[in-house]
Amino acid sequence: MIARSSRNLCRLLEEVGPVDAVGIEERVAKYATRSIKKDSKLFALRLAVTMVDLTTLEGKDTPGKVASLCRKALCPHDAPDIPQVAAVCVYPSMVKHAARHVKGTPVRIASVATAFPSGQAPLKTRLAEVRQAVADGADEIDMVINRGAFLEGELARVQDEIAAVVEACGDAILKVILETSELETYDHIRAASFLAMRVIRPGDFIKTSTGKTSSNATLGNNQVMLDAIRDHFLATGVEIAMKPAGGIRTAKQAIQFLIAVKETLGDHWLNNRRYRFGASSLLNDLLRQLETQRTGAYQAPWTFSEDSGAY
Amino acid sequence: MPAKKSPSRPSARELLFGDLWEFDPAPESAPASIDDRYGLFIGGKMVAPKSKKYFDSISPRDGKKLSEIAQANAADVDAAYQAAAHAFKSWSKLPGKERGKYLFRIARLLQDRSREFAVAETLDGGKPIRESRDFDLPMAAAHFFYHAGWADKLDYVAPGRSLAPLGVIGQVIPWNFPLLMLAWKIAPALATGNTVVLKPAETTSVTAMKFASILTDAGLPPGVVNIVTGAGETGAAVVNHPLAAKIAFTGSTEVGRIIQRALATTDKRLTLELGGKAANIVFEDAPLDQAVEGIVNGIFFNQGHVCCAGSRLLVQESIATEILARLKRRIAVLRVGDPLDKNTDIGAINSKEQLTRIQQLVQSGVDEGAEIHQPACKLPKSGFYFPPTVFSNVTQSQRIANEEIFGPVLSILTFRTPEEAIEKANNTPYGLSAGVWTDKGSRILMMASKLKAGVVWANTYNKFDPSSPFGGYKESGFGREGGKHGLLDYASLQ
Repeated sequence: MIARSSRNLCRLLEEVGPVDAVGIEERVAKYATRSIKKDSKLFALRLAVTMVDLTTLEGKDTPGKVASLCRKALCPHDAPDIPQVAAVCVYPSMVKHAARHVKGTPVRIASVATAFPSGQAPLKTRLAEVRQAVADGADEIDMVINRGAFLEGELARVQDEIAAVVEACGDAILKVILETSELETYDHIRAASFLAMRVIRPGDFIKTSTGKTSSNATLGNNQVMLDAIRDHFLATGVEIAMKPAGGIRTAKQAIQFLIAVKETLGDHWLNNRRYRFGASSLLNDLLRQLETQRTGAYQAPWTFSEDSGAY
Repeated sequence: MPAKKSPSRPSARELLFGDLWEFDPAPESAPASIDDRYGLFIGGKMVAPKSKKYFDSISPRDGKKLSEIAQANAADVDAAYQAAAHAFKSWSKLPGKERGKYLFRIARLLQDRSREFAVAETLDGGKPIRESRDFDLPMAAAHFFYHAGWADKLDYVAPGRSLAPLGVIGQVIPWNFPLLMLAWKIAPALATGNTVVLKPAETTSVTAMKFASILTDAGLPPGVVNIVTGAGETGAAVVNHPLAAKIAFTGSTEVGRIIQRALATTDKRLTLELGGKAANIVFEDAPLDQAVEGIVNGIFFNQGHVCCAGSRLLVQESIATEILARLKRRIAVLRVGDPLDKNTDIGAINSKEQLTRIQQLVQSGVDEGAEIHQPACKLPKSGFYFPPTVFSNVTQSQRIANEEIFGPVLSILTFRTPEEAIEKANNTPYGLSAGVWTDKGSRILMMASKLKAGVVWANTYNKFDPSSPFGGYKESGFGREGGKHGLLDYASLQ
């Protein structure tokens, strides 16, 4: 049994091809040397704001906290021309509270589900959680994959579970969290990306991490997943979207991620239907940089409302 | 959400690298501090050439005059050798520890002024500022640091023996890495107690002359390093001077031959680092995206003006179509243009002469039936530029598969078995470097032992380190630079 399972993983790795860690890190280091100035910087900062999934995922979340998060999502700053963010991202129990504030607006409600962040609950429970979140008004579901099963080589189980969640989503968009830090190697990240992409729908996302482990989105794992999305698109014509999450706190970082998108997937992925940032403190840094571009001076941190925690 | 079919998509299943998000120009603004005119650096002083002649140094970035460079004649070169021979008496007796201090000082001064030197290097040679800033300058400083460390440890290079300096070293360097090649030459020569007469390439003398000011600031005794500028005749005077104990040359195989012939009846030592036509070999199990990145780095680094450039891509037949498709997608996002722009990946071709040579060879490739692929990119109107170029369906007998192009031009050949890959890779008069891409460790070791090349890179390309010896087989020259091997080429074992 175990022998057969481990061969499954080998076979998948062989099929999708290996990733060289040194090479990928060298590639992404070049993104950091790009120098984005003036209008191109303004464009990137605005675009990044529209891509933010403004997130609060804490045990101490309350309807009040979610209300202020929603307010921030709808009106990030009172300066002119500041766009709204893509979505708010909350725990399932908070979906109905968020719905009161953002339903009927362009800001969408994303809910983590499937026993986030570990995924260690019976499948039945996880699916029920997804259905409840959708019923409460979630437009998007952020699920976690079964990392244990993946590392065990039970790939079919991982894939079947994702397929089951797709079904439970109904019309909601699905984001599949690979939790890259637990998969550890770039080879695994690439393999898991394909595993997910083969059962999700066009426009669904693959997502790096929960933000609940020591290491989250990096340019490296972002690149591996973008490469996988490109290969899948060229082979099947299916456009899968991407969401790096956790650890992206500065505008400078966000721009480097966007450069990776521009140079790997091109113009069709430079919008919030195809690319998102799972972040919270990032938003205020983006606003701060936008204000700097507009006024020519850095504004004090307290001039931007703090309505989201650190993520 | 269902996928929306966008009407603007050019064709099914191709990515669109369009103009949705254009980068604004981001020119490096640090001043390069380039003088209007440079003399010769002889005996610790900037002196006017006895020839009284100067020639223009052209910036390939815009084709405009950058500075005036002195043209040294035989009398100037003789003065430089006399100064070097005089300085050798005391420099060679100086304890290694003291020589090391000068080298450390030079390395630190280079670091202090690295931004200024990077801009000057880019203006003078045309390489992207990203490369001169992130590669040339740090590597040049690293070579001085590394050899500074050796200066007081020469008694430990070979067990039970010590190293003695040779005397005055005549050094002639090329235009592709002007400052870095200068560092490769000067650092080991000084560490081992020799003195130097160095001639930079005529199209790229500016950073060498700027470097003279670093030597002055470092307080290096007069005459230890002398820099004479000029073209072929000056080079011949440096090579043929009777006071030279050794000649170190980096440049074309053609000139290397002339030098070796000229030295045939003398007791001068010689090291040559000449051309190359490196094979970059990609096996079907290789990590494809990283291999493509390595191929790009191997051939488009410094506009392909690299003697160890991976200009012959050998791809296993089963993945040839796939690699070509990925490569085309990758070069579509390379940014060609003003080398001073921080976002430029491929800068200007070093000289008009070189541009013409590249154009001729590319035309020969087209004429001989290879298939050419170039991305749609706008090139600046003035200056010397050439787009990144890939040839597929190349055969061994075509010129582009044999001759060193020294430009951003890649030839793709295919192979079926490892044996065939080795045969094709070694089927060249050159033997400077090679690359192997495979996920299989044992295959890397097998290939490395069978490839006749001075450097074999595995799953990477164009990686350098001062401690790693560099040099070639066959018509790529002899002698090594860097590492312990490099030191031995600048000293005699006692």
